This record gives sequence, C-alpha cells and structure tokens, in this order.
Amino acid sequence: MNRSLSGLLPGRSSQPGKRVLPGFALSLGISLFFISVVLILPVTGLIAHTAGMGWDQYWAVITDERVVASYKVTLWTAALASVINALVGLLLAWVLVRYEFPGKRIMDALVDLPFALPTAVAGITLAALFAQDGWYGQYFDLLGIKVSFTPLGIIVAMSFTSLPFVVRTVQPVLEDQAPEDEEAAVSLGASDWTVFRRILFPAIWPALLTGIGLSFCRSLGEFGAIIFIAGNMPYVSEITSLMIFVRLQEFDHAAASAIASVVLMASLLLLLAINLWQARYLRRLHGR
Amino acid sequence: MSISIEGITKNFGSFQALKNISLEIPDGQLVGLLGPSGSGKTTLLRIIAGLESADEGRILFHGEDVTRLHVRERRVGFVFQHYALFRHMTVAQNVAFGLDVLPSRERPPAAEIHKRVQMLLEMVQLGHLADRYPAQLSGGQKQRIALARALSMKPQILLLDEPFGALDAKVRKDLRRWLRTLHEEFHFTSVFVTHDQEEALELSDQVAVMSAGKIEQVDTPQKLYAQPSSRFVFDFLGQVNVFRGERSDSTLRQGDAWVRLPDAAGATSLQLYMRSHEVRLQTTPAAHAHLPLRIESVSLVGAEVRLELSPVGWSSEEPWEVGITHAQFNTWQPQRGDQCFAVPQVAHLIEVDAHTPHTLRWEAGEMDDPAAMI
Repeated sequence: MNRSLSGLLPGRSSQPGKRVLPGFALSLGISLFFISVVLILPVTGLIAHTAGMGWDQYWAVITDERVVASYKVTLWTAALASVINALVGLLLAWVLVRYEFPGKRIMDALVDLPFALPTAVAGITLAALFAQDGWYGQYFDLLGIKVSFTPLGIIVAMSFTSLPFVVRTVQPVLEDQAPEDEEAAVSLGASDWTVFRRILFPAIWPALLTGIGLSFCRSLGEFGAIIFIAGNMPYVSEITSLMIFVRLQEFDHAAASAIASVVLMASLLLLLAINLWQARYLRRLHGR
Repeated sequence: MSISIEGITKNFGSFQALKNISLEIPDGQLVGLLGPSGSGKTTLLRIIAGLESADEGRILFHGEDVTRLHVRERRVGFVFQHYALFRHMTVAQNVAFGLDVLPSRERPPAAEIHKRVQMLLEMVQLGHLADRYPAQLSGGQKQRIALARALSMKPQILLLDEPFGALDAKVRKDLRRWLRTLHEEFHFTSVFVTHDQEEALELSDQVAVMSAGKIEQVDTPQKLYAQPSSRFVFDFLGQVNVFRGERSDSTLRQGDAWVRLPDAAGATSLQLYMRSHEVRLQTTPAAHAHLPLRIESVSLVGAEVRLELSPVGWSSEEPWEVGITHAQFNTWQPQRGDQCFAVPQVAHLIEVDAHTPHTLRWEAGEMDDPAAMI
C-alpha cells in the first residue's frame, strides 16, 4: 500500500531537503543583489573614501570644534523633534484609528505628505511661513519667539519631515488591538487612564519606539527641509548634514565622508539597539 | 443577584438588533441565551454588562436600576469568547489586575493580593502556571485563566460570551462540567451566550431561545425540547422530520403518503413535525400512517444507530432522520436501499402559515399491534 502510493508521486517531490515553496534561490538572490547595490555598496564606498585618511586625520576632522557643535545641535533638535512627533504622532494615529469623522480619509492621506513632498519644497514653505513677516512668524514674533534662523526652526522642519514614521508604525498596531482587552480591563474596574497606561500603551510601545527611532534617524540626516529655515549660523543652528555639504563644496571629499560616516554609525547603532530590544519584548508576547 | 431585563431595544443604524426584549433571570440561575448568529444574543449580553447601551428599556440588578451605570460600577464578571487576556502580563498579573487597579484606599496589601491570586489559580487548577505568559497556554487554559480573572472581584453576576466557542470538543466538554460545578459552588447568577444547542440544553437551568432580535421561548431545557412553542424553536433545537400535506376529513395526504390525525383540526394545509425519537420504523405500514421511506445511510457511531431516510412517492425538503437502538439494528439488519415505513407516535401539528404547534398523540388502540414494530 505504502509503496504503491509513493510510486504514484513524482520522484522529485519526495527528495529529502527539497523545499515545498518554489523560487527560494532566485528570489533570495535578487534580494541580496539589490541590497548590495543599493545599500551596502555606497556604504563601502563611504568607508573607502575615508580610508585614505590616517586615524589622526580622521579623528581631527570629526572632532573639529565646529563639527562637534553641529553634532550637538543636530542631536538635541532631533531628540526634541522626535519627542514632539511621538506625542503628536500617537495622538494622530489614535484619532485616525479610533474615531469616525468627516474628512478622515483626507487626513489619513495628508499624513504621508511629508514623504511625498520634496524636502526642499517643505523647507522653503516652512521658511516662508515662519519668517518674521510670514503667516505664522508674525504671531510668534508678537510673543517674542523667533522660529526662523534658530534651532527652533530646525525642530519644526525635523518634526514636519519625520512625523509619518510614528503615525505609520503605530497605526496598524492600534488597529490590531482587540477592543475586548480594554473592555475586560474596564469590567474589572480600571479607569480610562489605567486602561491606557496598563493595557494599551504596553501593546503599542514597541511600535511607538520603532517610530520614534526611525523619526530620530531621519531627523539626524535631514538636509533639504532644514537648511532653508535654520539660518545655518556656525555653532548655533548649523546641522551635521550641512557640514558634510560644506566640506564637499570645499572639494574635501575625504572629510565629507568622514563626517557622514559618523552620522551613519549613529543611525545604524540606534536602529540595531531598537531592533534587539524589540525582538526581546515581542518574544515574550508571542510566547517563544 | 437577580437580573431583570425590561423592554430592551437596540438599533445599529437601520438594523434593529433587539426588539423590545424582556426577561427575568432569578438569583443563582445559570441561563443560556441560544440563537443563530445575528439573533442579538451577544448584544443583549453586552447590554446587561454595560459594554453596550440600550436605546430603550431598563436593566435591573436585584431590583435596582443599573441602566445608566457604567461597566466599571456594575461589578459583573465578563468572560470573552477569545479570552481577552492581557498578553504582556503573566498569568498571575492577569488575575491580579482587578485588585491591582483598585484605588489605594480599598486595595488589599500586596501579600494578600498574592494570596488571593494563588487561591483563584488553584481553583482553576492552574496554580503552576502563575509565571507564564498567555501565549504559552493552550486555549482551554487561557479560558480558565479568563474565568479566574473574571471571578477575582467576587462578582455576583457572571456573564460569558460564547465561552467555549473557540475550543475543541473534548476541552469544551470538560470546561462545561467544570463551569457547572463552579456555578454551584459560588452561587452567582450566570448568563452565557451560545449557538450550540447541546451546550445550552446541557448547561442551563433555563434557556432563552432568540431569533432576529426577539426571544422566541424561555423554558427549562426539558420543556424546550419536548414542547417547543414555535416553529423556529423546533427547527433550531435539533433534527426534525417534517411531513407536509393537505387534510381532507381526518387524513393528511401528500402523494402516496398519508397520516390519520387523532382529532380533526381546522385548516387544510398542515405540517407534522416529529423529532427522531418520536418516530418508529417498521417494515410494514401501520394502520394510522403510511409513510414509505428508503434508507440512504446508516451511522453506527454513538449510543444509537442513526438512519438517514428519503421519502418514496412523496417529498420533503430535508431528508428524514430516525434513531434505533443497537439491539433493534442487530435483529433487523437494515441495509442502504431497503424500504421501511415511519410510524409517528407523537407529532406536532403546525398550520402552514401559523406559528405555534399543536401536539398530537396517538393512543395505543389507534396504533398497530406492537409485535409488528421493529
């Protein structure tokens, strides 16, 4: 019986170790090739550029006083922008998932605008709006707040360009969150705030953190939207991306690459850390 | 704590989910809400819990109006079909949740919470799983934890929404028995929703059968099965054999088949409903009924042998099903394709356009010599 049955089956499908799903080698090959060309090759190029420098030279370039000042400005503005995005993005995702209202679909589509818009366009628009006589700028001026040509302007531009990261990572998780969990908590006597803090927030926290991390990394590297509004005053409102640009304009490719490698390293390390932490957290939820 | 449901109506947009529902649930009873999907049973349960608000009507707990009371204040235990355990908390943290979120004035000290949780976990026989996460448990274990969590606040009312719906047959049976014991031990009033007739009939003190937003009948399982008050209840509670015919004098006729009725009723278009145990089979027709059938399949699994039969020379929408004992099967040895005759002993007469059945019984004298029976 057994033998006659196996005789009916085509021989190759009973080969041990053969995968059932076809196309593994081909699809993996193409993916790897693409990743190499688009991601890894430029990174190697970057390192190759800096390789011409000695360690001392490299260290001197990346610890130049003006460059270090730009790190500081970039880091703290990006951090603040990410905090703002975390709050606004979470609220936006919440509103988009939990409530029905006219114009919801338009609002949903608008969230992606910063991705679709060329960052330079965003930069010029923001600069015009927040200029001292601009639509928004004149009111800020009345309050004695200067946005244009200050780090505040940098924060505004960073928040604008990286907001979708938080919304788009939190939104699907919030959608998947079963209402029963909240109902169960409420039926056990929990207050609305407790339900948010103890039931909802732990569920969306990994996604939120990823969103914040992506938003932060994007802000670290943002260029187009910022330079128009930042004023680019050395030591005050000069961002690291601009420093790379300045070095390039001085035809100092090696120095530009050296500074770029610092930004790259910072972003990679942060993303890696978030991924590791998240994997650990999710393992617990999925029982592995 | 008794529950009174008074004239509850609920609309979802233009869809009327509940139509003026009234129901009394006495203290300490286990009541099943039974109905097909879309009949409004879950909506009603959620309104009792306060998870949904009614458009009209009142809910009273022990005579006290709780219609406007928030879920938080109603103090009911609620068990969800898909458990709704908090994934990021351990089993113990899940069970402790209700006690943990009490305002600090009322919250027992941590040591006492721990003791209560252990006790609850022992009660559901899962004390050894206190430090596991829900994802590491089986479906049956999850539902028991959900029950322990619902009972942690010592509710006087326990509401269960299809509690065993997502579990496999064996676990279901265990949990049912166990819920019954729990109910007897703790004396809370329970309402549970199910679409499984067997579950409702086995578990409940009373069953409310619902259809299209209305309660069709509320009765004990025994009465519900023996005396359904409407055609819907009849159809919904298990297999039923139908003979539809035209009456002339006291004989109901369709094609080659006929049944002599013990008392002459008014209408001419009639239906006879018979449960599978209310019909006997024999190899020759009886004096009061001539219902020729052909055996289509024989199923030997279970306490009795079930025969599926198709009408010969007349028609019915659904095939007939009759159960015989294994002893009868052994002497008769029916085969697929054999012909036999159905002999109704009790039947329920429904006029074609009417709703309520009228039960008929044939006296022993009207029936044939019992020796002819199989």
